[in-house]
Amino acid sequence: MEHIISVTVENKFGVLSRVAGLFSGRGFNIESLSVAPTLDPSMSQMTIVTSGDERIIEQIVKQLNKLIDVIKVVDLNETESVSRETAIIKVHTKDEDRAEALRIVDIFRANVIDSTPSTYTIEVSGDPKKIEAIINLLQPLGIKELVRTGRVAVAREPIRPATVQAKKVVRE
Amino acid sequence: MILTGAEIFIECLKREGVKTVFALPGGVVLKIFDMLHQQKDLEIILTRHEQGAGHMAEGYAKATGKAGVCLVTSGPGMTNVITALADAYMDSVPLVCFSGQVPTSLIGNDAFQEADNVGLSRPCTKYNFLVKDVNDLATTIKEAFYIATTGRPGPVLVDIPKDVSMAKTEFSYPNSVSIRGYNPTYEGNKWQIKQAAEAITKAKKPILYVGGGVVFSGASQELLELAEMTQIPVDMTLMGLGAFPGEHPLSMGMMGMHGTYQANMAVHYSDLVIAVGARFDDRVTGKVSEFCPYAKIIHIDIDPTSIRKNINVDIPIVGDCKTVLRELNQILRATVNGEQKELRKPWWDQICEWRQAHPLTYHQEKDGPIKPQQVVKQLYELTKNRDPIVSTDVGQHQMWAAQYFKLAKPNRWLTSGGLGTMGFGFPAAMGAQAAFRDRLVLCIAGDGSIQMNMQEMATAVVSKLPVKIIILNNRFHGMVRQWQDLFYEGRYASSYLDTTPDFVKLAEAYGAVGLRANKVGDLDSVLKEAMATDKPVIVDVQTYPYENCYPMIPAGGCNHEMILEDPPELKKKQSGAARVTPEDKDTVLTA
Ligand SMILES: Cc1cc2nc3c(=O)[nH]c(=O)nc-3n(C[C@H](O)[C@H](O)[C@H](O)COP(=O)(O)OP(=O)(O)OC[C@H]3O[C@@H](n4cnc5c(N)ncnc54)[C@H](O)[C@@H]3O)c2cc1C
Ligand SMILES: Cc1ncc(C[n+]2csc(CCOP(=O)(O)OP(=O)(O)O)c2C)c(N)n1
Ligand SMILES: [Mg+2]
Repeated sequence: MEHIISVTVENKFGVLSRVAGLFSGRGFNIESLSVAPTLDPSMSQMTIVTSGDERIIEQIVKQLNKLIDVIKVVDLNETESVSRETAIIKVHTKDEDRAEALRIVDIFRANVIDSTPSTYTIEVSGDPKKIEAIINLLQPLGIKELVRTGRVAVAREPIRPATVQAKKVVRE
Repeated sequence: MILTGAEIFIECLKREGVKTVFALPGGVVLKIFDMLHQQKDLEIILTRHEQGAGHMAEGYAKATGKAGVCLVTSGPGMTNVITALADAYMDSVPLVCFSGQVPTSLIGNDAFQEADNVGLSRPCTKYNFLVKDVNDLATTIKEAFYIATTGRPGPVLVDIPKDVSMAKTEFSYPNSVSIRGYNPTYEGNKWQIKQAAEAITKAKKPILYVGGGVVFSGASQELLELAEMTQIPVDMTLMGLGAFPGEHPLSMGMMGMHGTYQANMAVHYSDLVIAVGARFDDRVTGKVSEFCPYAKIIHIDIDPTSIRKNINVDIPIVGDCKTVLRELNQILRATVNGEQKELRKPWWDQICEWRQAHPLTYHQEKDGPIKPQQVVKQLYELTKNRDPIVSTDVGQHQMWAAQYFKLAKPNRWLTSGGLGTMGFGFPAAMGAQAAFRDRLVLCIAGDGSIQMNMQEMATAVVSKLPVKIIILNNRFHGMVRQWQDLFYEGRYASSYLDTTPDFVKLAEAYGAVGLRANKVGDLDSVLKEAMATDKPVIVDVQTYPYENCYPMIPAGGCNHEMILEDPPELKKKQSGAARVTPEDKDTVLTA
């Protein structure tokens, strides 16, 4: 099952390789990983989308917690959360396609952020389903380039970190 | 006080209580060595290879319970020490390794002897640091020792660029450290401990499964109290040996792949497994899905990732063994009474039956070739009153040492379990000897393994570390040959080592003492002579080459399905080769 894990880490060099190394070294899956500094510049926030059965996710959470540069781990599947991904799509547009492209942009509440005589560059945000859907519709026009950020997510309510929850598992 | 990086390094080590540094110099660490040369508080043991330095630091750490320290140069110095770091990581040995690095201005330029030390060691250290500024050096070293020795111990690397060791700054050593992402849990959850106590009181067939965590935690006394109070038998892992007295009536000996019959049967049929500081390694569980199928499991471990990694647990307790056992004992003292003894009588009857049915056995003919088990047994009898520290290499001899050398106390057993590093034994023994100059330190070695760090004999002689090496010389990678006999139809692919070198001459060439035993009758006098020598000694014991180590649970097998002796075809074949002597090379190869 897919899990979104939010990880607060020290904003230091080498931390990303520790996290990535943990996943590759133990054969855990990373579907996407995004990272950027938080309001407090000494920390960074990572959002990791991964998958595995309950035992594997429990190990992932515990192993992340064990990393010394990791400050907090939250498994967002344990709570209500909102997540977003952004894609930037450069589409090839011949004259007759340009109107169609704009219609699709409109329907998906996407934005055209750049335009040349033969291309539109479109920015779209949403959940992965929405992004898949717009990609499917734009594909017939000819997608020249596609980049995706990977997901970022937050819990709806402030929640306790998974360290505590891992210990709750331990307590039951 | 304004000091250079190199001087700060020394001041920090002194403040951490370090007495000995195992080291080998090189260009980028020369400043540090130059300062070490001009002081007297730290003893420098110059090794002949950085792997040796790493294992010596491990041996020092295992014997003292304190962090071992080694110092190596950049590039090849670093790559050479990697095996020891990986070994320490697998076996949770507290180690602080300092490596030299090219000057910060050159990092990343493929400079001479540059290696990405932090990148290389990342998967085999608990944590690692690159110190880019001399102002961070003292705090970093403090943190390194703190991380290495607290929680689940492990190796930490501190990479020091050349310019950092030369640069000067005001020195002040922090009194304490706090790392916001690192807070090991020592206290166990009270409610869980109560659950555990209840389960223990009710169990009809309980068993303690004791691992290396008890040794790290110094919880032997608490374990002894728990076992004696509740009369629960004690199984030990390879790493747990010594945590409970080997000769105690409640001791079942080692469990797992080459564990005793009673230990494995008991864990398989028990109704409550109490795992203390052990990590459910596959050499212990065998086939995971059928590991102790009738039991509830209590698991006490300081590392949450150890819990439920391989096996589902009913009552997990994250915490330090000593702290948790203390609390558990306190509850049990109030609840345990004569009833449990009555309740568990059938269990003990069953265990006694297992014990009598298949004790550890071997057959030593009076005039026949020396059986390896006989050597360990005689060595044990001869030295047990001297409370020796025993190290081993990796292979059959390691398993026989584990089975027949009964340790009375913790921190006397130095062996490589998780990584299974051949070549560990001798340098580890030297590390322990460096910590305890007056103690008897034995190294039970294999003829294959000992050659992997033989060069350290020069260190042993020069630094006066009189380790007694007993080589169980079967002219084989015996453990490999055993598997080939059992699972590869006896084809000895690359397992025969032949009869060279002459270990006696080799010892003498180094300036150590070399002795040899060819017959059982020689053993007693040769071992006695070795123990009476004040120099490093190699005792080359020519053993029967085809002896196999039993019991054995084939990889992936179940704990109650042990092979207890050579299968009939093998017995037949070996009776022909029983008289193989070292010179009978052709017989060995065609056997
Ligand atoms: C050739 C060969 C054969 C082997 N055969 C066997 C065999 O037959 N039987 C066998 O048992 N092993 C065998 N081994 C060793 C095996 O591979 C493992 O190394 C061993 O079983 C692990 O022991 P352990 O579970 O005690 O864990 P360790 O590696 O000692 O780990 C200790 C555990 O305790 C925890 N811990 C640490 N400090 C504390 C503390 N203060 N409080 C609480 N918990 C703590 C750690 O988190 C960890 O989970 C063999 C190895 C080799 C090389
Ligand atoms: C560095 C290393 N290489 C290879 C192995 C695989 N291996 C395990 S036991 C063994 C044979 C050991 O031979 P020896 O030291 O003579 O011990 P014996 O089994 O004969 O007692 C080998 C090659 C290992 N454990 N470590
Ligand atoms: Mg051998």
